[in-house]
Amino acid sequence: MSYEDFAGLFLDVCLDVALTLLGVAFLLTVIRIIKGPTLPDRVLGLDMLTSVAIGFIAVIAIDTGYTLYVDLGIALGLVGFLATVAFARFILARGKTGDDSDRQDLQAIDDDPYSGRGSGNIVDAGEGR
Amino acid sequence: MIEATLSILAALLILVGSAFAAVAALGLLRLPDIYTRMHAASKAGAVGSGMALLALALVSDSGAEALRAIAAIAFFLLTAPLSAHLLAKAAYAVGYNLWPGSVLDEMPHLAVTTGEADTPGRQDDAATEDIHHPDWD
Repeated sequence: MSYEDFAGLFLDVCLDVALTLLGVAFLLTVIRIIKGPTLPDRVLGLDMLTSVAIGFIAVIAIDTGYTLYVDLGIALGLVGFLATVAFARFILARGKTGDDSDRQDLQAIDDDPYSGRGSGNIVDAGEGR
Repeated sequence: MIEATLSILAALLILVGSAFAAVAALGLLRLPDIYTRMHAASKAGAVGSGMALLALALVSDSGAEALRAIAAIAFFLLTAPLSAHLLAKAAYAVGYNLWPGSVLDEMPHLAVTTGEADTPGRQDDAATEDIHHPDWD
């Protein structure tokens, strides 16, 4: 097998593996979007989804040889960025809704010195004692 | 010869890039709160798609397309931290809590305003109710 043959074969195998990995990444991100539990988590999942989709587009462009797909990637990146900015502004404008604290679902850690003390915000830890 | 080397390099790049994206998605699923998830998703996600686009720039046969792929990488490296920072700041300002295992909260009283009165910032009484611990003092 010549060097050129090996390069072509290696590229093909790597493209398949990359598509599989990106599919797994897509699936895990979708699970996070479904599980939530709060709006910023879902917006972050959406952001991640667009960046994985751009990776998909680049891999498919290499696979098929249509390098015109780059333009699609740029457009998708622009849309994803604007969507995230708009959602961030929306989160800021909406404020925190009543049940967000319950839904935030922060898991406890072993030997947590602050457990049972309400929120996870550790403020004024050095003063007022 | 050079073309074959370039395609091997591109293959390695897409492999590493998609592995980055998979690890970022795993972090998005496994990490405990919104801020740590953002830490995984915004960095590793941008690097993942950036590496795939770099591979595309390597294998494309015309210079214009390679240049467009490079421009796309520059664009993503500019916008990914921006959107992540904006989202984190919005979530923090509204008052989503850190994971209890977080060791440091460097800006406990953040007042975010947009300069207009119609956007509610963090309400002071709500904030103190949130973070006041009677058994601390």
